[in-house]
Amino acid sequence: MKKTHIFGIIIIALAIGIIISTAGDASSYVSFTQAAEMAQSGEKDGVHVVGKLTKDAQGQITNMVYQPQIDPNHFEFTLVDNENRTQKVVYNAPKPQDFDRSEQVVVIGTMNGDHFQADKILLKCPSKYQENKLETKEYEAKKATI
Amino acid sequence: MIHTTVGQIGHLFVILSFVTALMATVAYLRISLAGNDLLQNKRELTQWRWLARGAFYVHGLTILGVVGSLFYIIFNNYYEYHYAWNYSSRALPAEYVISSFWHGQEGSFLLWLFWNAILGVVLIQTNRDDRTNGTRQWEAPMMTVFALVQAFLASMILGVVFGDTFKIGSSPFLLLREAMPDAPIFTSNPNYVPEDGKGMNPLLQNYWMVIHPPTLFLGYATTLIPFAFCIAGLWKNEPKEWMRPALPWALFSAMVLGVGILMGGYWAYETLNFGGYWNWDPVENSVLVPWLVLVAAIHAMLIGKKSSTGLKTAIILSVSSFLLILYSTFLTRSGILGNSSVHSFTDLGLSGQLLIYMLAFMAIAIVLIAAKWKLIEKDEEETSVYSKEFWVFIGAIVLCLASFQVLNTTSFPVYNKIGEAFGFNPNIAMPADQVAHFNKFQVWFFAVIAVLTGIGQYIWWRKTAKNNLNALITPAIISLVISGALIAYGNITKPAFMALLTASVFAIVANSSILIGVVRGNYKLSGGAVTHIGAALMLLGVLFSSGYSKIVSINNTGLLISKSEDFTKNDNKENKENVILWLNQPQKMSGYLLTYRGKRIEIRGVPDYVPRDWVEPLVGASPEFSYHGIALHDIEQNGKLYHKKGDTVALHPENTYYEVEYREPGGKVFTLFPRGQINEQMGEGGFLPSPDIRRMPGKDLYTYVATVPDPNSEGTWSPAETYRIAPRDTFFVNDYVAVFDNIEQTREIDGTPLGPNDAAVKAVVRVLDKEREYVLKPAFIIKDRLVGRKAETNDELGLRLQLDEIDPRTGLFTFSANTTQRDYIVMKAKEMPLINLLWIGTFVLVIGFSMAAVRRYREFTKMRDKDKKKPVVVAKQPTVNRI
Repeated sequence: MKKTHIFGIIIIALAIGIIISTAGDASSYVSFTQAAEMAQSGEKDGVHVVGKLTKDAQGQITNMVYQPQIDPNHFEFTLVDNENRTQKVVYNAPKPQDFDRSEQVVVIGTMNGDHFQADKILLKCPSKYQENKLETKEYEAKKATI
Repeated sequence: MIHTTVGQIGHLFVILSFVTALMATVAYLRISLAGNDLLQNKRELTQWRWLARGAFYVHGLTILGVVGSLFYIIFNNYYEYHYAWNYSSRALPAEYVISSFWHGQEGSFLLWLFWNAILGVVLIQTNRDDRTNGTRQWEAPMMTVFALVQAFLASMILGVVFGDTFKIGSSPFLLLREAMPDAPIFTSNPNYVPEDGKGMNPLLQNYWMVIHPPTLFLGYATTLIPFAFCIAGLWKNEPKEWMRPALPWALFSAMVLGVGILMGGYWAYETLNFGGYWNWDPVENSVLVPWLVLVAAIHAMLIGKKSSTGLKTAIILSVSSFLLILYSTFLTRSGILGNSSVHSFTDLGLSGQLLIYMLAFMAIAIVLIAAKWKLIEKDEEETSVYSKEFWVFIGAIVLCLASFQVLNTTSFPVYNKIGEAFGFNPNIAMPADQVAHFNKFQVWFFAVIAVLTGIGQYIWWRKTAKNNLNALITPAIISLVISGALIAYGNITKPAFMALLTASVFAIVANSSILIGVVRGNYKLSGGAVTHIGAALMLLGVLFSSGYSKIVSINNTGLLISKSEDFTKNDNKENKENVILWLNQPQKMSGYLLTYRGKRIEIRGVPDYVPRDWVEPLVGASPEFSYHGIALHDIEQNGKLYHKKGDTVALHPENTYYEVEYREPGGKVFTLFPRGQINEQMGEGGFLPSPDIRRMPGKDLYTYVATVPDPNSEGTWSPAETYRIAPRDTFFVNDYVAVFDNIEQTREIDGTPLGPNDAAVKAVVRVLDKEREYVLKPAFIIKDRLVGRKAETNDELGLRLQLDEIDPRTGLFTFSANTTQRDYIVMKAKEMPLINLLWIGTFVLVIGFSMAAVRRYREFTKMRDKDKKKPVVVAKQPTVNRI
């Protein structure tokens, strides 16, 4: 066997090693129930849960606690996942400022007793940045100033 | 009035540019495929060549026409055009109007086209076929590929719709009413022209965003050159010779693309709040991968002449780096990254088109490589372990493995999509801790790469003996001593960091010793060593600034203040990285004494920030004045009066700066102004913090505001509460203890003396806060027989106190108090040590790449001109017939 062949085999082995190791690191999208089961079985890796915020009739977010004067690094809120399970989520960092405007939230973390401990939050906001969402409201306001 | 002409001209130019690119492709293809009859017929061949070049030059001019038309629309504020309306506005300063050009996807494709057109003209000039003396250069086959890519890119902005759904490209010249036919305003008034544009996302209003995109796209464009030469070489059965013209361009491309990537990182460092220059975000990764592959390709090209393995690698990698650029474009433009990236680009419905291009070029490349694989000569003898070919090849392979790891993880969303297409759901999400995931691999890869740069250079310059690497022992020992000292001094404990540190130090030592040796001979040859030193410095900068950044703002008070078990039970210390600063209340933090001094605003043309409440923004003004305000004070700085009270001043109303005063242990004071931006484009009323950075030689102090009181509740006061009390009484107001000390007479209110029949008194009220007390003096005035009350407001307490009534019979005083949210910021600060090494390393890297590119370009022109002088008989057929 030539050296180049041995070398090729080593490279392929390394590449496969990378893939396997990466697959081990990969997280997954789960529901809160699954997240709780995974936490029960001692799984420590973070998972992704997609959910919606609980809102009242006025569109205000309910069950949200952030009191910076007491602890600026404690923020909790309630999320409803796709299976309609309601879950308290705790995030040990300041409340993201545009949190109130978001609809869909992805939390990344683990289940921890009675709550989901989020290490990271991804917010999906209804955005003016999206193309072709012409707000007619804005237009009317502008017409009034002409 | 709607200016339709300029848009129509622009669109015409787009169509022309597409057609001319196709013409150039066909004409160059004809020349490339020329059989004997055409080659004998000089006249016809010359005509084809005229047609091909002419078409490409006209194509270049039409691209300039498109660019000019779009700029014309943007600069003249023609908001009837969707592009101008969507990305620009009257408030936008001139320098950022330029960058609104490439804010949209169409504009960025246009930028790419623009660079390609310029590069194409340069390449035609430097690789001309010159039949008069019979030499054959790379022009025809290489430009066939080039023009074809250009046609594909031009079709991306073509904006032609067939039927209702099938569309090719997205035109930047759409009128607003065409882009949004459903908007109700257009049914009532089809000629409606908005007064103002939506404006550029304020985050992008940064000088880096003026130069980062053009640089990055120049990098994108230049990766096409090695690809085009490589395809041309395979096509013309010259699997080796293409590397000579391609190499200087590959080096140039690696330099420009590398700088472009780092500019993006620097922008993120200065503007975003994720706390660093690199976040392993899919968008960043997707362009890092082709860069790493390109660097590997350069190394393979260096050995490709001698080693057949090297040549095969060079071919595969040159082709891959361009294909990976297309893949990166596909990832970022298709919206596929949706859930996994903070950047999200909107889908213009062009992802299918992009996918087709990517697959088409991939297919061309794979078929061609497979067909011509046999042409690559086998090595006569096997590569020795002590040869430069062997070590440079290993280096290229490790670079490839590193980029493969990044590529694999970044492609997760693609795997999900492919899985869904085949009817199952792989359900893989990005690793929960992305940064740790990538670092885990990349630290080791780059440690190996750093070591290889040293070994490779030693062998390259034949500093080692034939059968051993003993010459490397001295630099190895020196590096071990230096890094050992650094490890001990810097208290470095992680094995991975130790390895990277030692490897980087070794790279610097070994390459420097080579550099000194080479410079003595001919400095022009030292590009490689210089580049490697730059890369190693960058690695050290990354290692220290990211691996050893220190949180300054540890919140030690959080646990103490909070009595509720709910707030304390699960909180670990690492998470307590933010502190709350109340207005004007100093707080100790890692040796610094920090004080939040209040909100500031920037007035255009005035050097320093001014207090936010010195300016009253104009609300509901006409678009020309939408970003203006009225000065409520004289604006005077450094002895110069910029604006008088009552002047209208131009602002950046979306930005608020939070003045944070740092007092060092030695008593030195400096001030940082982290920014908060009300960014309407990132969700309605969104708040985006940007850091302020104090740059010191050894470290950066990085500070940003995590959260502030809700700006919407600002200025709202609670209903008044009244107190009837006598002097020296104590009362509670807004949870503070307050003491009404006494009453004092005054003859002056607000600097205005009172008349002889007027009277005024001030109540002296002390309010006790935790650590200090404040004195509030509300006044009660009788002037011209009328009663006036002058309340006093204290921002630190969020308290307004008014003396309402004095009852002479009972001796009781009535006060009313309103409270509001006290002003505060929650902020985070950290130190990033030795980050300057990263920037210095970048400069060194750029110098090294430039030196190497210049050297290789000289080699190329020398060989080309030598070939030209040789009288070549026409009968020397193009190598087509060699198979």
